[in-house]
Amino acid sequence: MRDSRTLPAGTLETPATSAQRPRRARGSRLRPRHLLIGIAALAVLVLVSVLTGAADLGWQRVLAELGAQLTGGVSPLSEREAAILWQLRVPRVVLAVLVGAALAVSGAAFQGVFRNPLADPYLLGAASGAGLSVTVVVTAVPQVTLGSTGLAQVAAFLGALGGVGLTWLIGRSAGPDTATLVLAGVAVSAFLTAAQTFVQQLRVESLQRVYMWLLGRLSTSGWHEVLTVVPGLCLATVVLCACGRLLDLLGTGDEEAAALGVRPGRVRALVLVAASLATASAVSVAGLIGFVGLVVPHLVRLALGGSYRVIVPVSLLFGGAFLVGADMLARTVMAPAELPIGVITAFTGAPFFALLLHTSRRR
Amino acid sequence: MSRTTGFRRGVPLLLALVALLAGITSCAQRPASEEPVQQGNDRASAFPVRVKLSGQEPVTLPEQPKRIVSLSPTATEVLYAIGAGNRVVAVDKYSTYPERAPREEISALNVGAGTVSEYRPDLVIAQAGSAGELAKGLRELDIPVLLTPSAKDLSAAYQQMKALGRATGHNEEAADTVRRVRSEIDKLVRETPELEQPLTYYHEVGPDYFTATSKSFVGSVYEKFGLDNIADSAGGKFPQLSEEKILGADPEMIFLADTGTAGVTKGSVAERPGWQTLTAVKQGQVYELNEDVAGRWGPRVVELARSISEAIDGTRQG
Repeated sequence: MRDSRTLPAGTLETPATSAQRPRRARGSRLRPRHLLIGIAALAVLVLVSVLTGAADLGWQRVLAELGAQLTGGVSPLSEREAAILWQLRVPRVVLAVLVGAALAVSGAAFQGVFRNPLADPYLLGAASGAGLSVTVVVTAVPQVTLGSTGLAQVAAFLGALGGVGLTWLIGRSAGPDTATLVLAGVAVSAFLTAAQTFVQQLRVESLQRVYMWLLGRLSTSGWHEVLTVVPGLCLATVVLCACGRLLDLLGTGDEEAAALGVRPGRVRALVLVAASLATASAVSVAGLIGFVGLVVPHLVRLALGGSYRVIVPVSLLFGGAFLVGADMLARTVMAPAELPIGVITAFTGAPFFALLLHTSRRR
Repeated sequence: MSRTTGFRRGVPLLLALVALLAGITSCAQRPASEEPVQQGNDRASAFPVRVKLSGQEPVTLPEQPKRIVSLSPTATEVLYAIGAGNRVVAVDKYSTYPERAPREEISALNVGAGTVSEYRPDLVIAQAGSAGELAKGLRELDIPVLLTPSAKDLSAAYQQMKALGRATGHNEEAADTVRRVRSEIDKLVRETPELEQPLTYYHEVGPDYFTATSKSFVGSVYEKFGLDNIADSAGGKFPQLSEEKILGADPEMIFLADTGTAGVTKGSVAERPGWQTLTAVKQGQVYELNEDVAGRWGPRVVELARSISEAIDGTRQG
């Protein structure tokens, strides 16, 4: 029992601390230019994304339409083209920004709390919880529409929170350290995934739809999804930005943090609740999009140093930018067919990440 | 973490399933059609026979099968249409037609050779691509297995009907069925006036905008009527279209084949964001199809052809 707990605790924490510590000195303060670069990257990608799509509206005409909307001029688009732009494309781009931002920020939070470089927003069972509850809903109510408003969305949200809650309960009862919580997350994820597979076997015909959902998709029904993500994202952003300094302190170890007047348990609980809410909101509208929450905070850390006062806000911007870019590829690479966005995030994120790790090691 | 990597591994499986599930969906039933039930002693004399289905190893049947298990909904429909229904002892749970087929809670995807052998079959028919392992197991038990591939067009479907006729000793009835289906479809095509400007259509297989191109079986039927498929540039048989593409293409007709389990309706389509700007939605040219008929390549393809023909008439008048 003791071995099984101490071993992973050691292996989980060493790489993170060794990766963070040497860089902490470099950037502990958020500089305006970091934010400006993030905002610029986001703005450029959003604009390009709005100008391109499977329906060829012509980028000059879309620009003219944007101008017309701003100045109150005459729209150059037909009714149908305007619907494509304002009811499909723009809400989807905005949703990509919000989901990407939510996942990246929660990923940063999880990595901070667990001092674990492998932590991602789904670490504590959010993905498997949402997966199970969506599968149950699809099996019980086959006519439910996935990836849009209503029952499936609520199920995904509650399932994600339920998964995390279960992990929290088990982890708490087993011990106070974060490694126990991670292990509880592994157990809960395995169990919920098994339950999901079982339910799927009962209705094989639901398999395709559930799988598509698992791969993630930014489909919208107008602006509703956008509004669904906003509260969770705002809460997480405010809490995490406020807790940046505390997360830095936790990085030095619980005892050191306690000596400086921080209550590690409280901070962790607050951060995890906020991050889980943001994750659940993202999952409820976009399914399970992998890799954003893992890669983006690491890229920011590699580029700007290990302080969470920098990582959290900059991850927010770059997470949004990354997912907008990925979704643009999902919409256009095989146009008029679509690729699942989860394929794009892994396919582009993984090699880029490997390259960055390689160059940073050489530096 | 381990979950997210699991999804990546699921991608090939998923793509296989997309193609597969188009054929196995459950739905509403129709009253059973008439079918000739006659028995002749000379049927047995034709055996042993060698049956060859496209892309499959030939299968030799030593004598006329008396206990058939069908794990393919299309094959079940064909067996009953060619009068071999009285030899069918079990069908899978997706074989919803005809009503009287002995449906069991099994499917080619989740049943083992042992379970199937309990029906003491002397012929098992399953869909190629979904039953490879099962077929291997059954052959080890010396039970002949016919794997029927998805038909790519009408003539492939006719060939498959004839092959099933040969395998069951119902050559004549199979040939009759093919003749009847062919002449009825030809008649429908003839009676549907030709259009100077081909109408465009979108055939929805799933509510996430999975569709069928002209390369698919269902697409080949639309093609007979000279319709233009908006998804053809996406390539493949069952691509997932970008919603923008559908709106951008503004198809004149929309056919819904996801009316069964997914429960998509004319009304729900009109409520999708932006869809009320589509010509087909504005002019009421959205047509609900029987999901099972649209997803199989059996004799009921005549019903599909009739739906298409009526839709074209409706569109021209509307």
